[in-house]
Order: sequence, then structure tokens, then C-alpha cells
Amino acid sequence: MKKVEVITSILNANDLIAQENQGLLRNHHVLGVNLMASPGAGKTSLILQTAKALASHLRIGVIEGDVASCLDADRVASVDIPVIQINTGGECHLDALTVQKAIKALPLPELDILFIENVGNLICPVEFQLGEKIRVVIASVPEGDDKPYKYPGMFTAVDVVILNKMDLTPYVDFNLDAMRQGVRTLNQRAKMFELSCRTGEGIAAWTEWLESQLRAEKK
Amino acid sequence: MHELSVTEQLLNLTLEHARQAKAERVLKINLVLGDLSSFEGESIQFCFDILSRGTEAEKAFLSISRKPARVRCQKCKDEFSPRETNWACPRCGGFIEEVVSGREFYVESIEIE
Repeated sequence: MKKVEVITSILNANDLIAQENQGLLRNHHVLGVNLMASPGAGKTSLILQTAKALASHLRIGVIEGDVASCLDADRVASVDIPVIQINTGGECHLDALTVQKAIKALPLPELDILFIENVGNLICPVEFQLGEKIRVVIASVPEGDDKPYKYPGMFTAVDVVILNKMDLTPYVDFNLDAMRQGVRTLNQRAKMFELSCRTGEGIAAWTEWLESQLRAEKK
Repeated sequence: MHELSVTEQLLNLTLEHARQAKAERVLKINLVLGDLSSFEGESIQFCFDILSRGTEAEKAFLSISRKPARVRCQKCKDEFSPRETNWACPRCGGFIEEVVSGREFYVESIEIE
């Protein structure tokens, strides 16, 4: 019997492709943003609201990841944003390889920001680097204020926590202080934005921050 | 279900190293799995038993060594293992600076003959 040292991440193949994706986006000065959340938290809505605020002076592209259907891609395409839909057919997250195929099908020289809308899932997507610069989790008020502690793998790993559906706080049991405390305790470097895609509340703070990140990327 | 595709990666990695070492058989694979990782050891073993059939790694045993989540306090730099909702530093109440361990998912070594 012989022991052979390996010391290699099992996701090494994915990570290498993610680095290629990162290179592709960097070369074209495109800011890659990975949007992760439970189904229905507001990933597509955030993309649409962000596009509404920025499309006059910034060029946005989208990769949509879903198990099935083109419903999200159709919503995005209806406002003239270049979009590629990935159907994973059962896989519960996007991976770097399928994202690379989509990246290569987009007009990168004509984009400033690329949103990658991940499959609706608070668990698996965070394990798979896609080549993004910014990792975002979108939580929403009706989901409850305990989600950071229940999904520490996700909440400790992201750069941004967006709390959507703030307009519903009068109608559900949701302790905003508890949510803020949870995010700060698990990931105090994460930027937190409290907003409502439906009413537009808080969107400006998010889009201004995003633009500042883009300026840093373009340097 | 993602354990299947991840197990495929594990098998490819194992066979790559086994063939480099001119192994006839892989007896054991020593995996490190962190508690913050979403991958599940038993599911991986189950998928591995199926995917490895007909290869040098058929019937290899997956020995999984778990790494607990450990974080470092930003204020006092003490390291601790968070439990449930207790993620604030037990020594000074400070916030976390970074996750030190718990996200691992790698092959440490393989045992071959």
C-alpha cells in the first residue's frame, strides 16, 4: 500500500474555469455580479430595477440560471437587455463551465456590468465560483429574520446582503434589528442594502454603490 | 442533485493521481470536509460507489475527516467555533474578522496498490 499526497480541492476543475471567466471579464472591464437567493426573493426584479436606474448610461448584460423555463430571460429581454438563459435541467446551482459558454455568447466589448442570476437556492450556489467579482445574496422580509444563522455558508461568504421587500415589514413578523445583527455578526465586511424592488425604496443606494465598484473595475 | 457531478470531479481527481502513480487499485481516499460546506459525505460515497465501477477506484473507501467551522474575532483575534446563533466572540463579544476553517472540500491523499 502506498499513500499518494493530493491536497487538491475537489472543485479545482471548476475553480480553474472560474479563473478563466474572471480573466475574460477583466480583459473587457466588465463587472461580474453573482446574484444568489431563495426562489422568489427578488433576483430578477433587482436586475430589472437596477437596469431601469442605470441603462441610460451603463450597458448591462445578464446570464439567467434556472432549472427550467425561459421566464426570467423573457422578462429581461423585454427591456432590451442582452441575456442568455441557462437551463440546468436539475442541477441546483450554476457552475463555471456552463457560465463560460454563456459568457462567450454575450457581446462582452459592449457591456459594463454582467449579472449572473443563479438558480434559486440558499445552499449550493455559494460553493461554486463562477468568475464573478461581487457575490450578492438577496434575502427578503417574508423569509424571516433568522436566515443568516440558518445559512451561515452563504451569509459568511458574500460581499453584499440585499434585504428586499422592505415594503412588507408592516405585514409580517420581521425583526429588522435581528436581521441586521445577524448579518453584522456573521459578516461585518458585507455591505447591506435594505430596499424594495416593488416601490423603488433604497434602490438608489445600491445602484450608486454598484457604479462605484464599476469605476474601480475600469481603472 | 449536485453530489453526482461533484463526485465525478472527485473520481477524475482520484484517477488522475492514481494513474500518475501507476496504481493498479485505489484502496482509500482521504477527504477533508468542512462543516460549513454544503456537501454531504454519505451521498458522495453512494454516488462514488456507482461512478467508480469499472475503474481503478472501484470499491475505494472514502474516509472523511471533518473540519469544524472556526472563525477569528476582529477585535481580540481569538479563534472560536461558532454554535447555533452564537457567532459573537465569547471572549469580548466582537464580530468576526474571517472564517478560518470550515469550508474545506479537498482530497488530502489516496492510498493505492
